[in-house]
Amino acid sequence: MTGFVTLLYKELLRFWKVGFQTILAPMISTLLYLLIFFHVLEAHVEVYPDVAYTIFLIPGLVMMAVIQNAFANSSSSIIQSKISGNIVFILLSPLSYRAIFFAYILAAIARGLLVGLGVYLVTVIFFDVPLQLPLLALLFGILGSGILGAMGLIAGIWADKFDQLAAFQNFIILPLTFLSGVFYSVHSLPAGWQVISHLNPFFYMIDGFRYGFFGVSDISPYVSLGIMAICLIVISTFTIRLLRSGYKLRH
Amino acid sequence: MSPAIEVKQVCKRYGSLSALTNIDLEIHSGEFFALLGPNGAGKTTLISIIAGLSFANSGSVNVMGHNVITHYQQARLNLGIVPQELVFDPFFTVREILRIQSGYYGIKENARWIDEIIERLDLTDKADANMRALSGGMKRRVLVAQALVHKPPVIILDEPTAGVDVELRQTLWEFIQQLNRDGHTIVLTTHYLEEAETLCNRVAMLKDGKIIALDSTQNLIGKMTSGNSLRLRLLPDVLPLSLQVLQINRSNGLYELRIDDYAQVEFILSTLRSGQTQILEMHLQQPDLEDVFVNLMKNSRNKSK
Repeated sequence: MTGFVTLLYKELLRFWKVGFQTILAPMISTLLYLLIFFHVLEAHVEVYPDVAYTIFLIPGLVMMAVIQNAFANSSSSIIQSKISGNIVFILLSPLSYRAIFFAYILAAIARGLLVGLGVYLVTVIFFDVPLQLPLLALLFGILGSGILGAMGLIAGIWADKFDQLAAFQNFIILPLTFLSGVFYSVHSLPAGWQVISHLNPFFYMIDGFRYGFFGVSDISPYVSLGIMAICLIVISTFTIRLLRSGYKLRH
Repeated sequence: MSPAIEVKQVCKRYGSLSALTNIDLEIHSGEFFALLGPNGAGKTTLISIIAGLSFANSGSVNVMGHNVITHYQQARLNLGIVPQELVFDPFFTVREILRIQSGYYGIKENARWIDEIIERLDLTDKADANMRALSGGMKRRVLVAQALVHKPPVIILDEPTAGVDVELRQTLWEFIQQLNRDGHTIVLTTHYLEEAETLCNRVAMLKDGKIIALDSTQNLIGKMTSGNSLRLRLLPDVLPLSLQVLQINRSNGLYELRIDDYAQVEFILSTLRSGQTQILEMHLQQPDLEDVFVNLMKNSRNKSK
């Protein structure tokens, strides 16, 4: 247990020590999104009845910040350690593969939630954002950042260079996030696109998280919760297997 | 008691390249053991397999009786590795690194031992400096310190003195020798053969992924060299007839005479005196590990031709 706690502590310290870059910077960029969309679209778009577009947008943007930062945390930690070579200290240690996995995932969740919370707290200064079911929203935040943390771990293990990691981020994570309904409700899409959206696991994260705020969502939050739980279990099992196999880490 | 390290029939291939072929090696508890060989001989590959950083294609490795694959946690708890590459975590100070490293090995409270290693490795001034701010030699010391935080019974040092100044080499070896006296098994690789000769009681020489010699340092030097010799430059440049049986070599104008014991030196000198031969230059040659190394590498090259 000490080994796991130490690695978790190290991973938390790692991003905390460079908090400007890992917490503040993503908060600022998320708030800029909000500012721009607020300015351009506030008067023109209404997604849910009686919910202003900006207010509709806030949970989506918060969740987007949560999952993107969870991914960024585990993936950049692993690839930096790999490229600088100091990952050897973890590989030489008696830490179990499970302990390594959970330490990285929990640190990713922590950073994701911290950035999300930061964005949320700034927005409530300016807007009246309802938060009807905070615990449910938190649960979605944890599951979503857990899944993205695991994906980050996989990407970090797989990538040999930073540009490969950037490709993973730009060609997989970013489209899945933007097309998940952060900026719109999938009900506004043509039928074909609605079906496609339902194949995107990120859709359930955003939709369920938003339910925590408004008590309204495109599909039942419990269905979303179930799908996310299954996703997390599958991807976690896969990632632990990957660590055990030594893929790209041990020759 | 099981050996400190037991390597059985280990093979490692990278594609078509065979990095290690049927390596069998037993390193006993308490030994000070050297793994020598030219660059690319497979030393680091072998160490990586022992450390679990690399997986062998076949064969097995145990550390203190624990298989490095099936009982990796026990095996790694018993092992401390100083890697060859100068790697470090730029986010932390020396003391933070050592505290974190202790935690990985399940040790919560390790301040006293950490203080001791910091002192023994002359890191006191730098204990609270960030790793980035340290010179290469200092980083090397931290690597050694990291390998020792959990007081492993088996310590492997992969070229710990590469690019390190004389002073650190001495403090380092004093410390390592002390650890060896305290019962730790030490395995080292180095290109400084005189280090291996003074420190190690047993040596394995690797070449092209195979062990080409494995014996005590003394035996190797005895078996693999022609023993002590005396090299002389003479005036006139003629070796008296009675000394010619002793001649083993002549190079650069020097006669090299074999001497089986030091009393023979007196015989050689008196023979030269009575023949009115003057000695212009004289060296007493004692064979060392370097001669063994050079001979072995030469022999194996000839064999492979």
